[in-house]
Amino acid sequence: MLSANDAEIQAVPADKLQPMDISDAIDQPHRSQPAIEFRDVYLAFDDNVILDGISFSVRRGETKIVLGRSGGGKSTLIRLILGLLKPDAGQILIDGEEITGYDEPEMMDVRHKIGMVFQEGALFDSLSVYQNVAYRLLERGEDDEEVEAEVRRMLRFVDLEDAIDKMPNELSGGMRRRVGIARALVGDPQIVLYDEPTAGLDPPTARTICELAIKLRDLQDVSSIFVTHEMNNVRYLSSEYATVNDAGEVIYEKEGERLCLINTEIIMLRDGKIGFQGKDEELMRSKDPYIMGFIHGKLGP
Amino acid sequence: MNPIFKFLAELQDVTLIIWRSFVSLFSSPRYYSETIRQMDMIGVGSLPIVLLTGFFTGGVLVLQTFPTLEYYSIQNESGRSVATSLIRELGPVLSALMVSGRIGSAISAELGSMVVSQQIDAMRALGTDPIRKLVLPRIVALIVMLPLLTVGADIFGLIGGAVVANTIYNQEIPVFVESVKNGISTSDIIGGIIKPLFFGLIIGSVACHKGLSTKGGTVGVGRSVTNSVVTASIWVIIFDFFLSKALQYLLDIGRF
Repeated sequence: MLSANDAEIQAVPADKLQPMDISDAIDQPHRSQPAIEFRDVYLAFDDNVILDGISFSVRRGETKIVLGRSGGGKSTLIRLILGLLKPDAGQILIDGEEITGYDEPEMMDVRHKIGMVFQEGALFDSLSVYQNVAYRLLERGEDDEEVEAEVRRMLRFVDLEDAIDKMPNELSGGMRRRVGIARALVGDPQIVLYDEPTAGLDPPTARTICELAIKLRDLQDVSSIFVTHEMNNVRYLSSEYATVNDAGEVIYEKEGERLCLINTEIIMLRDGKIGFQGKDEELMRSKDPYIMGFIHGKLGP
Repeated sequence: MNPIFKFLAELQDVTLIIWRSFVSLFSSPRYYSETIRQMDMIGVGSLPIVLLTGFFTGGVLVLQTFPTLEYYSIQNESGRSVATSLIRELGPVLSALMVSGRIGSAISAELGSMVVSQQIDAMRALGTDPIRKLVLPRIVALIVMLPLLTVGADIFGLIGGAVVANTIYNQEIPVFVESVKNGISTSDIIGGIIKPLFFGLIIGSVACHKGLSTKGGTVGVGRSVTNSVVTASIWVIIFDFFLSKALQYLLDIGRF
């Protein structure tokens, strides 16, 4: 359980902090526009086809968990959204805006809407934790006092305020990821992309990272893509939700009779195509040998 | 890939880096403090090795040429031979090679390790153009500092030559200085400063390109560093020939 301080990041009042209902999407028409949309996207490196006509969308406040074997194009999806790679064919839309033909300066504006958490944190080695988290704000030339307040707020969110003056090489793997999350969240982006953020972490730290993602999804209404190949992450993200109790503390509860999570879906990439798309229950019930092998860690060649 | 296509593709990439850096000069944001920091690292940091190189090159030039000049009884012209070879050729080229080894390698190693640890991707994801933030300050710093380092190497080379002429061959210092004055012209000095401007551009763009195109983890970083130093050094030597020819024509250097 996290402290009340962490709840201050929330943008909506505590009494409204419940996972989105489908009727909300009808009441608020702008919410019907997907935050991220892939339309028939193809990408190949020489003869190696990475994505072979991928189409999917991520609604506002929704988390799409992307599963697949290593080298299967999971991270490529994220790089395409950020415009770090361009697709060979197809369209990618962010907030309804087609970014496929954008050049680098145009992509810079789009990237301001997106937070990205890299696999190893990708912190700037030569900058302190403070400078890393403040990077986006310092680049915009914002006032020092405001920057410090925002950095401290973000570091409190990831429970690392004490590490503000440390250098990245003084941090453990888990702390680096959490600083990476804090850096990605500065400026309150409404889209956050996670590229295997728990890879190589011990289970409690991995759980903490998932809790942060759940908190952003349910309390901040952030749309996200969570690339992973760890089934534990899938279990946490698709079966638990964050809410705020009467004491103002953020708590995590399991979905059940009272509430069923509809804001998390799973995509499984297989040979460049979407091999599965649906809820976690459907994934677990699947009789497809590939999916069963993936879930039980016995993926064939 | 065919070696010719590979060469042309690399040439295209380096040209694009130079072009994008040039275009970035004319719009915000500009990273002045990063440029000053690079100038300090490249200029002040390289000063000792460049001055040392200049001093001993000047010294060895006198050491090797003085007996020959003495044979023809024109030993009083030793200053002229040192000055012309240093200021026209050896000062710019040796300074560029030293800076290529020290700074070109550091730039490609730094950018290469940023690439393999996804820091370049993170920078782009955070809305910063790495060309503007990392490449431009390094190229500008090299273009500004390399001519200054070259002037320092030239001066220390002449001092080295004078010291050797005086201590080993007992030539009076004023005789050496007079010979230097007679041997060099304003065109020589201008030509000797124009060359390092181009060498700075070559070293910076090649090192940044090699660093940013690093592939294959830490092994790839090592490969980028080696390629950067070798490629930049070769290009400096090749360009030196064509620049010398162009300057001979434009500034009327070296023609009697």
